[in-house]
Amino acid sequence: MKRFAQLFTELDQTTKTLKKVEALVRYFEEAPDEDKLWAIALLSDKRPRRTVRSALVREWGAQAAGIPKWLFAESYGVVGDLGETIALMVPGEEIANSGSLTYWMDYIRGMEKLDDTTKHELVADAWGSLSVMERFVFNKLIGGSFRVGLSQKLMVRALAQYTNIEENALAHRLMGKWTPDNTTYQKLVVEEDLNEDASRPYPFYLAYALENGPAVLGEPEEWFAEHKWDGIRGQVIVRNGQVFTWSRGEELVTDKFPEYLAFKDAVPDGTVLDGEILPFKDGKALPFQVLQTRIGRKNVTKKILTDAPVVLIAYDILEYQGEDIREMPIVERRAILEKVVSEAAMKTDRLLISDLVEFNTWEELANERLRSREQLSEGIMLKRKTAPYRVGRRKGDWWKWKVDALTIDAVMIYAMRGSGRRANLYTDYTFAVWDNGALVPFTKAYSGLTDAEINQVDRWIKANTIEKFGPVRSVQPVQVFEIAFEGIQASTRHKSGIALRFPRINRWRQDKPATEADTLQTLQEILRGYGG
Amino acid sequence: MPLLEFNSKGIYCQQADVYIDPWRPVDRAIITHGHSDHARWGMGHYLCHKHTAPIIRARLGVTNIDTVEYGETWSKNGVTFSLHPAGHVIGSAQVRVEYRGEVWVASGDYKLQHDNFSTPFEPVRCNVFITECTFGLPIYQWQPQEVIFNDINNWWLENSEQGKTSVIFGYSLGKAQRILQNLDESIGPILTHGAIENMNKVIREECCPLKPTTLITRDTPKSAWAGGLVIAPPSAAGTAWMNKLKPLSTGIASGWMSLRGARRRRAVDRGFALSDHADWNDLNTAIKETGAECIITTHGYTGTFTRWLREQGYKANEEHTEFEGELSEINEAATKEADEVATEKEEGKE
Repeated sequence: MKRFAQLFTELDQTTKTLKKVEALVRYFEEAPDEDKLWAIALLSDKRPRRTVRSALVREWGAQAAGIPKWLFAESYGVVGDLGETIALMVPGEEIANSGSLTYWMDYIRGMEKLDDTTKHELVADAWGSLSVMERFVFNKLIGGSFRVGLSQKLMVRALAQYTNIEENALAHRLMGKWTPDNTTYQKLVVEEDLNEDASRPYPFYLAYALENGPAVLGEPEEWFAEHKWDGIRGQVIVRNGQVFTWSRGEELVTDKFPEYLAFKDAVPDGTVLDGEILPFKDGKALPFQVLQTRIGRKNVTKKILTDAPVVLIAYDILEYQGEDIREMPIVERRAILEKVVSEAAMKTDRLLISDLVEFNTWEELANERLRSREQLSEGIMLKRKTAPYRVGRRKGDWWKWKVDALTIDAVMIYAMRGSGRRANLYTDYTFAVWDNGALVPFTKAYSGLTDAEINQVDRWIKANTIEKFGPVRSVQPVQVFEIAFEGIQASTRHKSGIALRFPRINRWRQDKPATEADTLQTLQEILRGYGG
Repeated sequence: MPLLEFNSKGIYCQQADVYIDPWRPVDRAIITHGHSDHARWGMGHYLCHKHTAPIIRARLGVTNIDTVEYGETWSKNGVTFSLHPAGHVIGSAQVRVEYRGEVWVASGDYKLQHDNFSTPFEPVRCNVFITECTFGLPIYQWQPQEVIFNDINNWWLENSEQGKTSVIFGYSLGKAQRILQNLDESIGPILTHGAIENMNKVIREECCPLKPTTLITRDTPKSAWAGGLVIAPPSAAGTAWMNKLKPLSTGIASGWMSLRGARRRRAVDRGFALSDHADWNDLNTAIKETGAECIITTHGYTGTFTRWLREQGYKANEEHTEFEGELSEINEAATKEADEVATEKEEGKE
């Protein structure tokens, strides 16, 4: 655990990719195989479920620190992280050999079925025998919230450096349903076992944002263009007579989308499709919110299937007749895809192809892009015709050219303390627009400001507070911010009657007095224009 | 009438007509230590420990200063005063005020940890204890200074082996000298930024010796800092001054660095949790050792800490001072730092 906590510290204290990879390679060199396997699992978001409820952890933490609950709550508010709060204030005696990562993973998972009293004893023992950083990692693990600032891609890169196995092959081996219980480091990483697990998806190829228009991409005829559909990126696998659906978050979501089970008779065995899971009814796409509501439900009921049916808008094919065809240029893959989709049409209406946008000049494409929002698309995707299907986010071959966000100028009226990195800074704001001389709150937003601006706004908030309610303060309605958003919906849950999609702060309008901020009427007009 | 009261100008003893660490100009001021929020310009007359005098003379350009030793007493209008070590920075003092058998202690800023440089804190028995609580939450628990300096020295050594210059940020009065005196100088040369060296010069000339340091000037050759460690004020972070030191690794020494969020928010490579203020346990220990039944909290997490003290059976109150504005983590420390550097720059011009 000491070594793993050290790795965590090293990853945590640098923002430099190279240093992170180096730290991880060192860890792989030093750790025993079973710890390596756990480290790989934890760093690829295969963390164990929460074993102790956070309310209990809070109570036991306060008790172990010998302080009243209110003081614990105050401290937690300042730190912004429960695991860290406890790690900092519970007295512990650091012992030299605190046990391996695997020992602690077994310890933690062993608690799952125990009663609270026994759990309490085990947790208190652990706190007492670990150092601050180990305690922190332990707390994150029992809370089911262990996260490290390291992408899966970097983890794979480090593992590739350590094992001398190619990155792509490793990324493939590490996907799928494995856990440290049903495999070993040797089997998972070292042994070649392609196709052993029929459900195993390919790593997604991700597009980069095209910030300044397509002129930099060269000749228009070298590119395919499609609309960027506003659904969930998904991969549907048909192998051995079974269907598996994966979402981009590498989550197996087969059960959430039973519509795709029909593919097993509609496409040849050994087919893997990449596309957009899109709510679609009566020949047209539905707004994203419909899908969001559906995902949130535990069971997929008949009603859901009727109200919010999904299709797969396929835009790529990665495996055909059991063969990995990712190295083919997309022109050739697309031809295969067209054939597969058209043949499938006899058996299912749940598989569609993402149509190509016809264009001869970048200007024509730019005009099409402006029509995106009407079609509930987020903009245009550009794919280089000669490109293979790559792994992860690689610059150059796939670009997303999103429509410009909608914006509105709003007045900040509440501020809330952030958490984690921004604990004790006021970073989450509530914004309002004018309606007959009163300010009506309509959205919250937090990302979008620079650290320097956050500090400046934070100081302003503290100096201009009207009232405090726990972590929230109401502030003088003075500061105007430009809020950008991707979509707008009518909502009965909000006072303003509208809900925004992806609201964020575009800029701080220090030049604008609050009286000149936008009105509710403006929002309603946008809703009429673009609301789904 | 309390022996010491808090008014708009500072902590006031009416009986003796003298202020402690006033934030507005007054006739007579007792100064606990040389930091800019405690020692301000414009007093008719200053009184402080003999090691604080050269610091405020250099920083504020004032000359009307009387000095005393720790433990030396003086009286005015029946009130007896004396200064006692606060362990915060060199020359820092608690002010003991006694009148008709009642004793108050205004402690300024203090720490209990021995830093191997400033005179260690001494508990003073009193009836009323005025305390800071900058780190008055149980999440703040310092590791022994040896552990932190072990980390700092290891970081320096590692950088030096990789051909990098180590730059560590700490405020120029106190933290800088504490770092200097505890570094392992066998690793390489120790260099300083101008703001730090100005303070070092004052201390060397008028207080006590320090380890040798090299001031980095325009003419300093690159070879001078090969494998070296540079001590700089936090305000130097990210300025063009740093460019010539590249390749480099940066670190900051501050109590705020014990929180992960603060460490990550600062764009430095390493954060070392090293503070010149008392941590949670030491605040509680210090208060207990005074034997005081009444505690007044002045700056830091005053509200929370006061409530805690009341629950422990003390009569406790918070008083508003201008020693620090609202606490906003490292920003506050950084702002304070920027003020200090600005002061130093102005002094340079004069």
